[in-house]
Amino acid sequence: MTKEIKCVVWDLDHTIWDGVLLESEQVVLKPGIREILTELDARGILLSIASRNSREDALQKLREFGIEDFFLYPEIHWNAKSSSIAHIREHLNIGIDTILFVDDQGFERDEVQSVHGDVECVDAADYLHLLDHPRLNPKFITEDSKRRRLMYLEDMQRKQIEESFEGPQDAFLASLDMVFTITEAAEEDLKRAEELTIRTNQLNATGRTYDYEELNAFRQSPNHLLLVCELTDKYGSYGKIGLALVEKTETHWHLKLLLMSCRVMSRGVGTVLLSYIMQETKRAGKLLRADFVRTDRNKMMYVAYRFANFKEERVDEDGTLLLINDLSSIASFPPFIDVRTSILENTTRY
Amino acid sequence: MALHEQIRAYIQNNLVVFDEQAKFSDSDNIFELGFVNSLFAMKLLTHIEGTYHITVDNDELDLANFASVNNIVALIERKRAEVEA
Repeated sequence: MTKEIKCVVWDLDHTIWDGVLLESEQVVLKPGIREILTELDARGILLSIASRNSREDALQKLREFGIEDFFLYPEIHWNAKSSSIAHIREHLNIGIDTILFVDDQGFERDEVQSVHGDVECVDAADYLHLLDHPRLNPKFITEDSKRRRLMYLEDMQRKQIEESFEGPQDAFLASLDMVFTITEAAEEDLKRAEELTIRTNQLNATGRTYDYEELNAFRQSPNHLLLVCELTDKYGSYGKIGLALVEKTETHWHLKLLLMSCRVMSRGVGTVLLSYIMQETKRAGKLLRADFVRTDRNKMMYVAYRFANFKEERVDEDGTLLLINDLSSIASFPPFIDVRTSILENTTRY
Repeated sequence: MALHEQIRAYIQNNLVVFDEQAKFSDSDNIFELGFVNSLFAMKLLTHIEGTYHITVDNDELDLANFASVNNIVALIERKRAEVEA
């Protein structure tokens, strides 16, 4: 399956605008480009720049056109574009195979392609067809996708403050006033839940994707618990960033799915949802099992399970690794985060 | 710098509390003391695999192996011995 594109990286000269900025300040935006950028942004697709230009002049020009704010982590300098794309990928923390690069020069596209075989490169001459590109048409556009650029901008602000913060990391994290809310998925959360199963690669225990109908069935099933979590801090909301599906049996609770958006990895909240499920399972007097299916990206999730005291139990015929936890040791929530739950108060459900 | 000091220095650079509050011996469990968090466990794993050119096997991914300076050093030395053997 070819993944949905998460970020489009643009060249500037002869791509965003007609003309070469170094030769003439009188460059003009290509027809329709503003509309294309606006639409991609509304679809939750991030935008960035890889251009060989004078940084200040190019940013000034983008500002004049009123489109500067569309672009996250623009790379404008004289170095190879393959390295620019590597930097953008690192800043955004997304897979290299979810980047699409638009440039009018075959040389630049080839250079990027030779280093990053998984980046899709598009000739700027075809820019008017971009909006019809299948990989640029996400199946769902959720509240989270519409706010995505804003969330990354808030994140850039946090990073700047974090870098200038003196003192231990916990003190910085505490200064963010983070609130982590765990709730049972409501119907309006399902689109975002499906989106999370599709977009999340690194912190995803099984790589399984579920569609809207399946998730809706789990939501209503008395034998399942479908949890979503949201993180907010004083700069804003990170959106719905985590999802878990628990199957409840006589003797066990069984984690069929656990995932956490990579955006919150540096916030030290990755284990909160898992700890919570462990606590609740113990409270219900059950043991906890968890499925793990290895993918090429999710070793970190395996490590998270093992560090949370899960042991390997057996491997199913379909390759699913079954982990089990006797719940003898459960990590408490980090002190710098306020965890709120609005479920499980009505314990009659299980 | 001996391995114990290297590991100790790395932990000290990654403490989540102020240095003066964090006194720990080579055998103290740094996770139980609350000096580091689970995110650090992940970072530590990446660090020792990269710095000491070892690969920690899945069955060794037990938090106990990473919980004290002594245990981390023991793990690294064991892995290095395996590589040389």
